[in-house]
Amino acid sequence: MRHTIKPSKTLPAAALLAFALALTGCGGGSSENKEASEKRSLTVFNYSEYLDPDVLDAFTEETGIGIKYEEALTPEDMYTKYKSGAIGYDVLCTADYMVKRLISEDEVQKIDLDSFENAGNIGERYWDMAKAFDPDNTYAVPHFWGTLGILYNTTMVDEPVDSWGVLFDGSCAGNIIMQNSERDTFMLALKYLGYSLNTDSEDEIREAQELLMNQEDDVQAWLVDEARDEVVAGNAAMAVVYSGEAYLGHQYNEDLEYVIPKEGSEIWIDSWVVTKDCADKDAAQQFLDYLCREDVAKKNFEYIYYSTPNEAVIDSLDEEDRSNEAMVPSDKATENCEVCTQIDPEVTALYNQLWKELKAN
Amino acid sequence: MSGLTKRFKWLATPYLLWSVGFTVIPLIVIVRYALTDDTGAFTLSNITAIADPIHARAFLFSLEIALGCTLICILLAYPLVMAFRRLRLSRGKFMMFVLILPMWMNFILRLLAWQMLLSSNGIINNLLMRLGLSPLKIANTWAAVMIGVVYEYLPFVVLPIYNAVMDIDKGVIEAAKDLGAGSMRTFWRVIFPLSMPGLKSGITMVFVPSMTSFVIADLLGGGKLQLIGNVIEQEFTHSMNWHLGSGLSVALMVFVLASMALTVKSENNVEEDRKNWEES
Repeated sequence: MRHTIKPSKTLPAAALLAFALALTGCGGGSSENKEASEKRSLTVFNYSEYLDPDVLDAFTEETGIGIKYEEALTPEDMYTKYKSGAIGYDVLCTADYMVKRLISEDEVQKIDLDSFENAGNIGERYWDMAKAFDPDNTYAVPHFWGTLGILYNTTMVDEPVDSWGVLFDGSCAGNIIMQNSERDTFMLALKYLGYSLNTDSEDEIREAQELLMNQEDDVQAWLVDEARDEVVAGNAAMAVVYSGEAYLGHQYNEDLEYVIPKEGSEIWIDSWVVTKDCADKDAAQQFLDYLCREDVAKKNFEYIYYSTPNEAVIDSLDEEDRSNEAMVPSDKATENCEVCTQIDPEVTALYNQLWKELKAN
Repeated sequence: MSGLTKRFKWLATPYLLWSVGFTVIPLIVIVRYALTDDTGAFTLSNITAIADPIHARAFLFSLEIALGCTLICILLAYPLVMAFRRLRLSRGKFMMFVLILPMWMNFILRLLAWQMLLSSNGIINNLLMRLGLSPLKIANTWAAVMIGVVYEYLPFVVLPIYNAVMDIDKGVIEAAKDLGAGSMRTFWRVIFPLSMPGLKSGITMVFVPSMTSFVIADLLGGGKLQLIGNVIEQEFTHSMNWHLGSGLSVALMVFVLASMALTVKSENNVEEDRKNWEES
């Protein structure tokens, strides 16, 4: 979930939908959308509000390929829906570690990047980042990226925030909003403790959980979409958010600053992949190529203002925006950051269990 | 009459199809998931997992919320209904209408409004501060969830009680008064017992949904409070453990059915009481 500009309150609805899908999906009534028609179409699966809907219509207009658009809220949510098989998705956009998981489970097919006209718009830097989960850059095309950090209200803290420690030392008790996301929460705790966020050491992960357990009373709320809004409204002094939220947060409230803590953080990259069941791979590639095109990428960028890996778009920004760390994080700022690639099922199960314990605390 | 019933039986077909497709089959699927593990082998562990401390805790919390909500709703409903009863019929109806009106608005939207009201810089706290009082810390607490469920379910208690009370023959109440009963006595000895069927259906309509809901806890509890519904939802959407999620759902369903059975049983008793009462 590193998207949403407007606070969309779709979580419960999405959960219900997932539930309904779960029911219908295994009731023996799973239907595949294979219309044996001449009319080509793609079923695209993305996070909510993660691209400009106009872009989809324009694609159909240009190519005659229809788009069925489906949305999900979190990588886990997406994975659950995808795996249930109720809908045959062709193209999906999801998180780094989830891409790695899909690759390892043979759920996605290779993309022929040479057939792309606009792949060159995606900067080398981002292809390199994507190598963390797609070592040969053969499966995934980066869509948006960013970091995880702290968005804080400068008038509500004594000195500038530069460390995750501010979340744990009690100095801002009751004024902290955490991301209601298992991975991100554990990752920042691990980073604060000086461990790799991709660790598979149970001791380290348990230590992170203990840290979080002790923090529990100081946390005002665990939110996703509303996290930024609560800080904007002054209901909390700080929130753990994705960098994309920071730009608009600052636009709404000048007192807000975003920081990537010095202990390092997570770099996340959401990328497009083509599923193994996609029948019209050519159409899928055409669609992904289209998304890399400067005018299209720019439209999407201007729709949500997350960091784009599209250098043609970055070059077209004015000097001020280009030097805005929230929009185009520099190499220096992301120095200690890592991409999450931990997909070991045992570690995932451990995270699930510890997260449940934490939330029940 | 029976010919008529037969002739119109087919009218129930759409509902029958609906309930088979969207209630019976999904239920069977859930029970199947609940009784199997990843390998498909039979197990009861998904259901007994309700006793796991984490789940038991969420379950007890749900129970607390549900009982508290039901009790508060009843305590609020009776004075309200009694007041409505005294109003002229048309005004009573109008007041009922006002009570139901918010239900026409989207449920999530209303909860978001509560978020706004209760948040630490919210409308209520702003008002309090302007009056020179200290702000309340309700947002994202147990109290906020309770306010949410009571707000949400109050009409479901008021309506059946209102109907039951309005159904009481005026003569019965007048008789009580004629025989020297004061208003308290009339209420406790006549109105309250006669409103029992309404109360029972009010309880069933509130206790169960407030126990199984998770959206309210999500939106007003700030993700800090876990009802059993939240745990189940997480098992489905997040942990992808449909077996455990189904097992917990089944355990919850068994509990709910058992408590419903108890209510229905006592409802029959009430009916009998009423008959006896009316006969005597």
